[in-house]
Order: sequence, then structure tokens, then C-alpha cells
Amino acid sequence: MNDLTITVVFIEDEAPIRRFLRTTLEHAGMQVFEAENGQRGLLAVASRKPDLVILDLGLPDMDGVEVIRQLRDWTALPILVLSARAQEAEKVAALDAGADDYLTKPFGVDECLARIRVLLRRHAGSSAKNEQVFVFGSVQVDLVQRQVSKNSQSIHLTPIEYRLLTTLIRHAGKVMTHRELLREVWGPNHSESSQYLRVYMGHLRQKLEDDPALPRHIQTETGVGYRLAP
Amino acid sequence: MSENNRTDSARPDPDALLAELQREEARSSRGKLKIFFGACAGVGKTYAMLAAAQARLREGVEVLVGVVETHGRAETQKMLQGLEVLPARAQEYRGRTLPEFDLDAALLRRPVLVLVDEFAHSNVPGSRHVKRWQDVDELLAAGIDVYTTLNVQHLESLNDIVGQITGIIVRETVPDHMFDAADEVTLVDLPPEELLDRLSQGKVYLGEQAGRAAQHFFRKGNLLALRELALRRTADRVDAQMRAYRADQSIQPVWQARERLLVCVGPGADAEKLIRSAARLAASLHADWLAVYVETPALQRQVKQQRERVIANLRLAQEMGAETSVLAGAELTVTLLAFARSRNVSKLVVGKSLRSGISRLWRQPLSERLAQRAQDVDVYVVAHELAGDEAPPSRRSASSLFFGDEKPSQRWQGYLAAVFACGLTSALAAALLNVFDPANVVIVFLLTVVLVAIRFGRGPGIAASFLSVLAFDLFFVPPQLSLTVNDTQYLFTFVLMLGVALIISQLAARLQFEARIATYRERRTRALYELGRDLAGALTAASVVEIGLRKLEELFAARLLLLLPDAQDKLQAAGELGSFDLGLAQWVFDHAEPAGMGTQTLPAAGALYIPLKAPMRLRGVLALVIDDHALIATPEQQRLLETCASQIALSLERVHYVEVAQDAIVAMESERLRNSVLSAVSHDLRTPLTSLIGMLSLLQSEKLDAGEQRSALGAMNDEILRMNSLVTNLLDMASLQSGVKLKREWQLLEEVIGSAARGCAGQLQQHRLRVELPRDLPMIEYDAVLIERVLVNLLENAAKYTPAGSEIVISARIEGEQVAVSVCDDGPGLPAGAAERLFDKFTRGTTESSTPGVGLGLAICRTIIAAHGGGIHAENRQPHGAAFTFTLPRGTPPALSLDAE
Repeated sequence: MNDLTITVVFIEDEAPIRRFLRTTLEHAGMQVFEAENGQRGLLAVASRKPDLVILDLGLPDMDGVEVIRQLRDWTALPILVLSARAQEAEKVAALDAGADDYLTKPFGVDECLARIRVLLRRHAGSSAKNEQVFVFGSVQVDLVQRQVSKNSQSIHLTPIEYRLLTTLIRHAGKVMTHRELLREVWGPNHSESSQYLRVYMGHLRQKLEDDPALPRHIQTETGVGYRLAP
Repeated sequence: MSENNRTDSARPDPDALLAELQREEARSSRGKLKIFFGACAGVGKTYAMLAAAQARLREGVEVLVGVVETHGRAETQKMLQGLEVLPARAQEYRGRTLPEFDLDAALLRRPVLVLVDEFAHSNVPGSRHVKRWQDVDELLAAGIDVYTTLNVQHLESLNDIVGQITGIIVRETVPDHMFDAADEVTLVDLPPEELLDRLSQGKVYLGEQAGRAAQHFFRKGNLLALRELALRRTADRVDAQMRAYRADQSIQPVWQARERLLVCVGPGADAEKLIRSAARLAASLHADWLAVYVETPALQRQVKQQRERVIANLRLAQEMGAETSVLAGAELTVTLLAFARSRNVSKLVVGKSLRSGISRLWRQPLSERLAQRAQDVDVYVVAHELAGDEAPPSRRSASSLFFGDEKPSQRWQGYLAAVFACGLTSALAAALLNVFDPANVVIVFLLTVVLVAIRFGRGPGIAASFLSVLAFDLFFVPPQLSLTVNDTQYLFTFVLMLGVALIISQLAARLQFEARIATYRERRTRALYELGRDLAGALTAASVVEIGLRKLEELFAARLLLLLPDAQDKLQAAGELGSFDLGLAQWVFDHAEPAGMGTQTLPAAGALYIPLKAPMRLRGVLALVIDDHALIATPEQQRLLETCASQIALSLERVHYVEVAQDAIVAMESERLRNSVLSAVSHDLRTPLTSLIGMLSLLQSEKLDAGEQRSALGAMNDEILRMNSLVTNLLDMASLQSGVKLKREWQLLEEVIGSAARGCAGQLQQHRLRVELPRDLPMIEYDAVLIERVLVNLLENAAKYTPAGSEIVISARIEGEQVAVSVCDDGPGLPAGAAERLFDKFTRGTTESSTPGVGLGLAICRTIIAAHGGGIHAENRQPHGAAFTFTLPRGTPPALSLDAE
């Protein structure tokens, strides 16, 4: 294994899932360190200095959200959370605590690897953000000129819509909770009025999506938030 | 005993057996009472009791001396050695501290056997119970055995006989039922000679009575008589035991037709003797007995002290085992006999009248009147004994057991009105004299008398009678303004007029009395009826409490509180506790006996506490503070209160069992549901599992080529996804069943449609999906996660039941106050008649079809939509296809101020 090998710390108490994911990731050329509870997981992250942490929220010894908080005290490395369906509140709590994305069990190998790739790429890119033009589907966003076009046709966005779009672009591929978006777009004072967010999101979909009711890029994560899928 | 030994006639009555069984049960949990019974003080009861206790102690039984009076006798004192003695409790009374038996300490200590001397002792006021025998009763109820001592003169029913023999009245008595209920009675007998011997040696404690009175008491004649009484009473008990034994062994049926005695009591002091006689007679006949007081117009004019005496007499009768009643009627004999017939009374006991001579001719004594009218009832007449110290009643204020006191001012008003009415009539008649004949004037006066008597009763009526005659004489009979009469014919007119007026006023007053009685009865009946009716409508314990309190407050003008037990049988006040005593209420609840004001337990308490007895168990305690104590003094009022209490108790029990029944129905329903879930789930889980295991073993056998392997893996993937969706649905249903808690937010519909479509993109790969939303669709308030479930389920359904290549359309429109969302397909449509049944749990389009899914999906949809206040239905489309439509309330979206375009 050379220095470029991606290392992952996987904190999960269920042995079958550990085995399945370990096999998957090692086949994808990553090195995996397993931890079966929160305390060992925190130790593993501190000692192994991994590129990514995959964390199951249901741990025997401590709350998964608490693990995220403790990690976020000292590291910005990407955290991918695993959770069961119908636990939207838990997902939101994890994301608000600093997790980067989540995967709902049961999930497939491809989906998991895609998320990991997005996170690693974003993490690598965030240190050197020099993209001028962001493209998704037929939409082009010129971040320097502050111009948006679709199929080479210029699209007019209101200031808030533009701010919302650039925020989503900044975190492209990552799910943003309502609270995160409100805070970044409106500032901390407007963190409760998520109806505004929904309306502006609707406007963005109307203006940028081919079929606003079946959006391909500006995706709604029901009960959690939004994600810009490039 | 073998079956064939018994004939049918000897077979015991099942009811009797049941009663015996219940008695047996009660007995086994209760402590055993042993009474050391003697003829008089000094026969050695305490000594015998201690000797028996010592014997028990040697057997290893835990014995506690609760209270023993040794009166300093050395030999008795010696018997105390080795026994644990409970320290006396200090009871404050009128500035003095008096020692008293410590009941609570004894209950806390819980020995097997407690010795409690002097069964008939009256406790120092302020103690929990008025009498020591009640303390003993509580000990027995707690399962503690008790030894106690008793002299024959303290037995309630023999009390007056002993008094007659010895000339000393003993106030401390024990009710006969306590004596009869004792498990063992040991007669401690000493021949009078030996007793007198002991007396002369100073071995007998004479109590606090004056020496001479005591000396008078201990005469040989007295002692012989007392000894005979004690022996006879013990023999009676043995006789009763013998009969009970025979009943037990069902050798022959016990007395078949029970006698029932009725004793009529008045306010006099002689009533006490009457009651005791009746009690003895009833005991010797093994009969039930009733004691009644009949309130008639004549008796209604009694003074307050007499009224209290009536109540005291009735209470005495009650203590001696009688059922008591107060009746009201115009005529004593009629009322009494009507009551006797209604209660199947066979013997009537009345006092002998003291009237003699002329008054006997004027009015027949009660016993004779009764004897004349009562054909089917035996009448027993009991001799009277003149009570010399009875003060003549002062006729200050009339008093009724039914209506309370009449105010003196009301009486004066009546008389004033009589005077005024007569004056007015005179003036009127004078004015009309030129039209009227004097004979008609008489009629006008009589009319006035009638009116006054009806309005103000007997007294003013009589006054009006006299005044009318006087006025007629003064103003209308010549010579006018003089009492002298020219024409002697008028003297007859006066006499006749007075006679008619008096009779009329009497009749009018009686009419008024009966009207009042009727009103009173009607009020009571109506109150009970209303209480019953309102309680019948109550569906929760809270409304039972509310209704009960409201009605009782109206009825008794009292401050009330209901206390209901919690799961640990600790009472909780259903309202402000205020001055009510929770501890006493708890005692009442634990012992199922009333306590407080007017009862035998803590009578000094400010409130009355009544247990709410229902057939299955106690339901709580009713506590009430009544300002006018007289309102609950009569047996009728007490019974009314008890009736109300038991109605409330019944309602509480009914409500309780309604809840139990509902729980049972819910449990049954969920049991049924669980069974159908189990059968459906086991089918739908086993099918994919079977194919998975099969295909897996195929793969492991390595006999498949690459293409076959791929297709097997694809099939396995499908099966697993199917199982996943089934498990998801089951979990959803489970969480919805445990209560839907909506997280509603105002949001656009398209968001949830988009995410739902993305969620089932896999299943929809073979289908075309189209969304048609009006641009002006407002925001709707809904739980996004749940509505997404609905859409996913409908989409999956459409994908499942339509062939590949079908088109699925999601559309929405505003319909009045609703927003309707439809998921339509152009597949084969729904089977006929399935439209509504589809949404029931575990219904599938076609039973046991090859298409999997337990049909939970649509049931989940319906639950979610119903929680949102909307509806869901399915229908077929023309020419073919199915449409599932759900509605959500539009509500009023919040106004938003958006930035300009």
C-alpha cells in the first residue's frame, strides 16, 4: 500500500455489515480500519488519520451524533453517516452536527462508492476552490461573471435565488439541511422560515430543470433537505 | 359421604352453600375472637384469659397484651409474667391525659394474638372508635386473634333486664351481634357464695362506683339472677351453634319462612325499652326486625329535643340489628299497616298506651286501633315503664324529621295573617251587608278560615276560626260592637261556625302536610331519578365524579369530595382536598365502613366519609361536610345518601368495566390483525426466501454458465428488493399503528412528487411517468415523509399491476377546500367491487396471486391520509386503467413576501 491509498475508518457495531462494506471498499482499492463502537472509533480516527469516516448512527456505547460532534472538534475530514429509513430527524441532527452525507440502509455497493467518491473529491477540491464555471446538466453557472444560462440561453435569477444556487454549488453532491441553507443564504436570523426556502427552491427548479416536478439535479431529500446532483 | 346416601330433599340449597362458603372464607381471613364471659365483675375472667394466653404462649404463639386491667390483684398480676405488654396510648381529653388502648401500635405490631380486656369499654373521646369492641373488630379484620372479657350486664339486649334486677344501669354495652359472631365463648362461672367470699376478702375490684351502690349490687339474689342470665345466654349460643351445625351438615333445612318483626317507636323514653323487647323477641324468633317512626301531623308538632330522641332511638335500634325507617302519613295506623304489608311483616310490636278513663273513650289506644285493622299481622303490646325524669316538652318551635325546623318568625307571620285576614273579611262583609244576608257572611268567614289554614297551617287556622266567630259576633250580630246576643239562635250559629271552622282548618292543615310530604318525596325521587339518568349517560370516571358531585351538592347542600383509588389502592382526591382528611378517607376505603361525623368512628371529625361500594369492589370514598347536621340524621336521609353513593359506585364500576371491555375488544382486534399479518407475512417472506435459497444453491453448484449466473443474480436482486419493500411497509404500519404524529409543514407538492419518483425509479424503469401540476398550485401543509410514502406506495402499486410500457400520470387539482392528487395508469384496472376493499389491511387485488405484497401499502396510505384529514379512493378509468386519488385540506397558506423578480 502506498501513501496514495485511501484509508477509511468504519465505525459500525454489526459484523455482517462491516464485512460487506470492508470487502466492497478493499475491492475498490481502499484501506479499511474497523471499529465496533464509538470510543474505539474515535481512537481509530485519531491514530489512523483516515481520509474518510463512515459512521453508523446506532452504536452500542454512545450516540452517533455525539461521535460526530467530538470529531468535528478537531477535524474537518468527511463523515458519511449510515442510518435506517424513517429516522429523518436523526439524519438532520447528524448533518447539522457536521456529517457530510448519509446513506439509508439498505444501500447498494454502487451508491455507497459514488457517495464516497463525491465526498473525497469535494474535500480535496474545497482546499483549492478555483472553478470559474460550474456545469450541471444543461445549466452553466459562471461564478465569476455571476451569470446563469441553460441550453446557452441566459436565465435571470433574483439575488436570493442566485445565492441559493451558489450555496448548493459550493456543497454540490452533499445534502444540505434546511437549517444549513437558511443560515448560509439568509443569515442566522432567518433560520426558522423554511417556507421561503421551499418557494425559492421551487423557483430554481422552474427555471433550471427540464421537468420541475421530476427534477434531476436539484433534488429534494424528503424530511432532510436538498442536494445538488451534478 | 357417597352420592347415593343423599336424597333429593336433603340436597343442600346451592345459595345457602355459597353463603356458607363466603362466611367460611371471611372467617378464615379474619382473626378469631374468644370471649371470656362472666356473670359479673370478680368471677375471674381476666385471670382465665391470662391463663389461656400463657398456655398459648407456651405453644409458641406470639401473644401481645393490648390492655389488661389487673386492678392491682397480685394473682392476676402474676399471670402477666412473660407476656409482652403494649404501652398505653395517651389520649388528651378536656385538658387531661388518659391512657387508652393503642390500636394502631397493635395493628403495626401484628402479633398472632392480642389480649384486650373489658370488651364493653367506652374509649376516651377523640379516639378513632367510640367503643372498644370496634377496636377489636378492626383487629379481627386485620387477621389478628383477640381474647377479651365481658360481663353479661354489658350485653346490649340484656342491658335493661340487668338494670331492672340490680337497679344499676350500665351505659357501656356491646351489640349482641359481636357476641354472637365470636368464634368461642368461654363461660367463667363462679358460684355466688364463692364470689361473695372473694368480695369479703377484698379480691373483687368494685370500680369507681360508690361503695354502697356496689354493695347493693353484690347481693346474693342479684348474683343468682346474673348467673342465670349468663348461663342462659351461653346456652342460647350453644343452641344456635347446634342449629348451624345441622345446617352445615344439611340434616334438614333451616327455618324456611323467616319471621319479620316491626316495632313502632315514638319519641318517648319508653321507646328504648320497647326496642330492647323487640330485639329480644326478634332474637328468640330468629327474625329480621324493622324499627319505624311514623311522622303524622300531630307528631310533627314536636319540639327539637324530642326529635333528637327519636333519632337516638332509631340509632339504638339500628345498633341492635334493626332496619330503621321514618315514615310519613296522615294516619298512624294506616301508614304503619301499609308499611308492614309492603315489607311482609308478620308481627307488630307496639307500646302499651298510658291513657286511661275518659281519654280512652275519646281516642282509642294505638294497640287497639291496630288490632282492629290488622287482620293478617299479630300485634304484640309491650308494657311501659314510666320515666319519671321526663321534662314536659316546651312548645317553642315545631320540628319535623322531614323538613327541619320551622322558623318562629314564620309562625308569627301566620298568626298575623290570620288577624289581618279576619279584619279584611269583616270590612268586606260590612261593605256588602246591604247585598248580603248575615247567613252568607258566615260563609265568607269560613272561606277566610280555609284560606288561612291552607296557607299557614293548623295554628293560624284555629286562630282564624276563633277570630271569625268573634268578629261575626261583634260586627254583624245585633247588638253590634257588643259580645251580647239578642237572638239566642245566634249562639247556635257561633257554635256551629266554630265547629265547622275548626274542622276545616284541621283538614286544610292535614292537606297541607300531605302535600308537603308528597312534595318532599317527589323531590327525593326526582333527585334519585335524575342522578341515575345522568350517571347512566356518563362515559368516563371524570364525568361520573362531576355529575355525582353536582347532584349531591344540590340534594344535601353540602361540600363534597370524591376520592378514587389509584393502581396501588391509595386514594387520590378528585378535586381540592381542603379540610378533608385523606388519612381518614383511606381508613374508610381500607375498612369499607363509613366514618366521621355521625358515625361510630371518629365522630368528632368535621366531615362524613362514606365508602363507595360496588358489587365487585370498593370504588372510592365520598366525603361530605354538611352544615345542617339534621339533614343526614334521619335514616331516610342516610339511606338516600347511601343510595346516591352506591349509584355513583355502580357508575364508576360500569365505566371501569366499559374500559376493560374496550381494552378486550382492542386486544381481540389486534390479535386478529396479528394473525392475519403473520399468515400474510409468512407467505410473502417465505416465497422470496425459498427462491433465494434455491438460486443461491444453484450458484454454489457452479453448474451455471455466465449468462445463467447473471440472470440468477438479477432475479435474486428482484426478490431482495421485494422483501425490502415488504419489511419497510410492515415497519411503517407498525409505527403508524402506535400513533401517527404528523410533522406538518407548508410546502410545495412537486417536491414530494419528485423525491417519490426518484425513490421508486428502479421499479418504474419499464414505465413512463408523467407529472401534470397546475402552475398556481398553492403550498399545502403536510408531513413530507409520510406523503412521500403514500406516493411511493401508489407508484409501486401502479408499476406492479400494469404491464411494462404503461403510462403512469401524477396529477393534482384544487377541488373546493381540498387539493386532490391522482396517480393514474392505463393498465387493466381494478377488479369489480374491489375499489373500497382495497384499502383494508392485507387485501390484494387478486387473492394468492403471483404478484407479491401483503396489501399493506394501500392501508398505510389510507392511515396517513386520514391523519391529514383527507380521503383516499380508487376507481377505474375509461377505457381502461386505474386511478387512485387522495385529497388533502387546502387550509390557508402563510403569506410570504418574496424578493422581486
